[in-house]
Amino acid sequence: MLNKVRAWVEDRTGLESGINHFLNEDIPASSGWHQVFGSMALFMFLVQVFTGIMMALNYAPTTAEAHSSLRYILTELTAGRLMRGLHHWGASMMICIVVLHMLQVFLWGAYKKPREATWMLGVVLLLLTLGFGLTGYLLPWDNRAYWGTVVTTQIAAKAPGMGPYILTILGSEDGQIGSVTFARFYAAHVLILPAVTALLIFLHVFLVRKHGVAPAPVETAPPIKFYPRQVFKDTVAIFAMFALLFVLAVAVRVPLGKLADPNDVSYIPRPEWYFLFLFQILKYFEGPLEIVGSMILPGIAVVLLFLTPFIDRGKAIALRQRTGAIGVLILSLIGWGGLTAAALSTTPHRDPWKGFTAEEMAAIGTFRQAECWKCHSSTPGDSRPGPNLADIAVLRERDWLVKHFKDASGAAGQGVKDLQWRRLATFLPKLDDENVESLHLAPQTLVTGAMIYQQNNCGACHQINGVGMKSGPPLNGVAKRWDRKWMEEHFIDPESKSPGTIMPAYKFSPAEMTAMLDYMMSLTD
Amino acid sequence: MKSPSPEEPRRGFLIASINGLMGLITAALALPSAGYLLGGSKAKRPAEWVPAGDLTKLEANVPEQVIFERVRRDGWKTVKEKASAWMVKTSEKEVVAFSPVCTHLGCAVSWDGAAKNFACPCHTSSFGTDGKVLAGPAPRALDRFAVKMDGSTILLGEIRQADKA
Repeated sequence: MLNKVRAWVEDRTGLESGINHFLNEDIPASSGWHQVFGSMALFMFLVQVFTGIMMALNYAPTTAEAHSSLRYILTELTAGRLMRGLHHWGASMMICIVVLHMLQVFLWGAYKKPREATWMLGVVLLLLTLGFGLTGYLLPWDNRAYWGTVVTTQIAAKAPGMGPYILTILGSEDGQIGSVTFARFYAAHVLILPAVTALLIFLHVFLVRKHGVAPAPVETAPPIKFYPRQVFKDTVAIFAMFALLFVLAVAVRVPLGKLADPNDVSYIPRPEWYFLFLFQILKYFEGPLEIVGSMILPGIAVVLLFLTPFIDRGKAIALRQRTGAIGVLILSLIGWGGLTAAALSTTPHRDPWKGFTAEEMAAIGTFRQAECWKCHSSTPGDSRPGPNLADIAVLRERDWLVKHFKDASGAAGQGVKDLQWRRLATFLPKLDDENVESLHLAPQTLVTGAMIYQQNNCGACHQINGVGMKSGPPLNGVAKRWDRKWMEEHFIDPESKSPGTIMPAYKFSPAEMTAMLDYMMSLTD
Repeated sequence: MKSPSPEEPRRGFLIASINGLMGLITAALALPSAGYLLGGSKAKRPAEWVPAGDLTKLEANVPEQVIFERVRRDGWKTVKEKASAWMVKTSEKEVVAFSPVCTHLGCAVSWDGAAKNFACPCHTSSFGTDGKVLAGPAPRALDRFAVKMDGSTILLGEIRQADKA
């Protein structure tokens, strides 16, 4: 029966003979493990298509809902984090594999005549892959996405003569990133780029088949068949890569940050690692020279890469006879690595609780005082009787939460005031992947300091992280202006330090004073 | 594809490995995807009691459509929306609240005052004031809201399926 169906399908479509023809291609006997990268890149593309479709099934591509729908995928759906993890790490892995593929082709001299067109299509595919990374970066619509894309579009805006047109095409006529830019990036990411990439992959593979797999300088044995020996090697390599990707997706959480906030001046934008070298180059070119770093150098690099087969016209394929080409390659790798390392080393570390207002820091104090942590962990994957706050989003209304706090905290929550409960109920739903762990990581002395700050209503005159009044000086960066001892004496007797001040004296206990000073000194700009 | 090749002694092993490894990858993607697509939302919340009208304002045994507001989790959104129920006051203290959704294919039923039944405009199912099917393809009686009284205020809860008609 099965054979009859097979024969019928073969007769009508030629499917089986087509597959056989594809698999039984002759390849050089020298083919082996070094030629697995092309298949790996193709496989990674398919993984990205699959996981991308999976996410699109639960994702709303508008600025209003992108963030909340992604949060829904991550916190409410089975394997949602896995899907996003595979897609996120898959993007990085695809870049790595594509680059390895190009390195192999370069080292083996496989771009030389008659395979120039195959190489040039490959360079375009590399650019398309980077285009996927660039456009996909915006789609979570968190601060990272927003600010990263602001920088990208601003770079494009500086293109001489074309800047305004590029901005218009990117949907950002007035220089702002909003709904239109978002729609453009989404359409590029899921419609334009996949279609163009699929077409070019087809042409690329077609050309590989047309010219055959590039042979070694000297082939001693007769050609072998692609299937099964080389397919086996490709499959083993693909499996190893996929296993690594799967482990990354499970083990390394990709955070969804705070909803994109154009007013958040505290955010430090950084591009994805594979664009860091471009980011770093911009630091070395200032003023009118900026365009050298942002356009001219990257432009020259792309053109050189594209025209490699015509620049290096030597017939030699063996490595030893191509010292010039290898020298250029090593220099480029050192340059790229150096720039990336420099960018990484200058990326400041920022404690996740640094962005909290005093009220929010004090809410962490309430969380600890009422021993909420006994039932609710804030470490990803940790299991305690109540929902893990790092794995779910708090969706309950405030009244429900306040009632729950009172009912569930028991004796530990006795001393907590209503206002504190309400503030905790306002705070918890606002937590995100990037700062939820502050619930257990924020140093207790800073939390205590914030609680004292709240109890004494310091915010009636002072401002921390943009919240509070400005009749007294804002407190961010106060450590730069005064030292700890000055601050302590100022608390005890403000008049002695700032004559004429309206600030009253505060009589803190030694423990309170320590916490208060720790908190004040921790407030950075 | 299956014909043995003299130059490849480990052909069987290679082919088995290719199929096995590809099978593992497929399973590693397919199983989580099944969970992802079939698992539904983990954030289940019990239906809350929502006030929906005043019992004293209803006329005994005359079905009336009552519009009320409820909060519903719609995917990633929590929406406040209007919903309706057909209420039938059965005594001074009791009321039955029918879901306005036909149990056949989900069209909205309405009260036909002349015929004294609930009529579905789609496939002509009709239901009595007790919700039971009088005619048409509907498989069971109209679904009912759980009802609770708070003084004279009617509180509606979950929708429950009636028994087979």
